[in-house]
Amino acid sequence: MKVKVKFFAILRERAGTAEITKEIQEGSTVADLWATLQQDYPKLAVPGIRLLYAVNQDYVTPDRVLKNADEVVFVPPVSGG
Amino acid sequence: MFSVTDKPINFQELVDCVTDPEAGAIATFIGTTRNNNQGRKVIALDYETYREMAEKELARLGEEAKKKWQICRMAVVHRIGPVQITEPSVMIAVSAAHREAAFAACRFAIEEIKKTVPIWKKEVYEGGEIWIGTQSGQPLNRS
Repeated sequence: MKVKVKFFAILRERAGTAEITKEIQEGSTVADLWATLQQDYPKLAVPGIRLLYAVNQDYVTPDRVLKNADEVVFVPPVSGG
Repeated sequence: MFSVTDKPINFQELVDCVTDPEAGAIATFIGTTRNNNQGRKVIALDYETYREMAEKELARLGEEAKKKWQICRMAVVHRIGPVQITEPSVMIAVSAAHREAAFAACRFAIEEIKKTVPIWKKEVYEGGEIWIGTQSGQPLNRS
C-alpha cells in the first residue's frame, strides 16, 4: 500500500522535497515509516529534534497503524506567533 | 475566522468578525516582527505552514477556549511567507460578556499557537538563517 508524506520547514529542506509517495507494508506504524524514511533520506535525522506526528491532519501517537492513502506529516518543532 | 494568509492581516476584519451584541469586551493580540533575537540582528521572518492542518488546529483551539471561558466569538489569523520587521505575523480577537474571559482566552490562543499549530518560523538574520522552535507543547485532544 502507499501513503503520502509531506515535509515542512527544516525537514523539507533536509529531504530536498516537499512531498513524496511511499510504498509501505501492511501494518506499518508512523514510527516504522519514520525509520524507513531516515534510511531513504539520511539528512532527515536531525540531532536532538523532537517531532510530533500527524495523519490526515490530526495529531497521532507514533504507534498509529497506517492505512492506504493516508497523508502523513512529521511535524518539526512549531514556532508560530 | 481561523485562517492563515500570505497577505497582510486586516485588524478591523478580525474585530468585525467577533463583534457581538452580547459582548461587553473585545480583547486583541497582535504579534509583530522584532528586529533582534538572542543577540542576532533579524532582517525578516519567513513563515511556512501545513495549511489544512493549521486551520483545523486553530479552529480546535477556538473550541477549547469556548469550553474553558465564557466567550462569545474568537478570530485568529496568522500570516505566512516573508514578514518584514514591525509587520504583524498574527492577530487574535476575542469577544466576551466580560473582560476577564476575553483576556484569558486571548492569552490562551497565542500560547497554544506557539505549541501545537503547524506553523514554522525561519529567522533571516545577518549572516544566516535558522528555523526556530523547541517543540515544548502537547497537542490538544491528542488521539
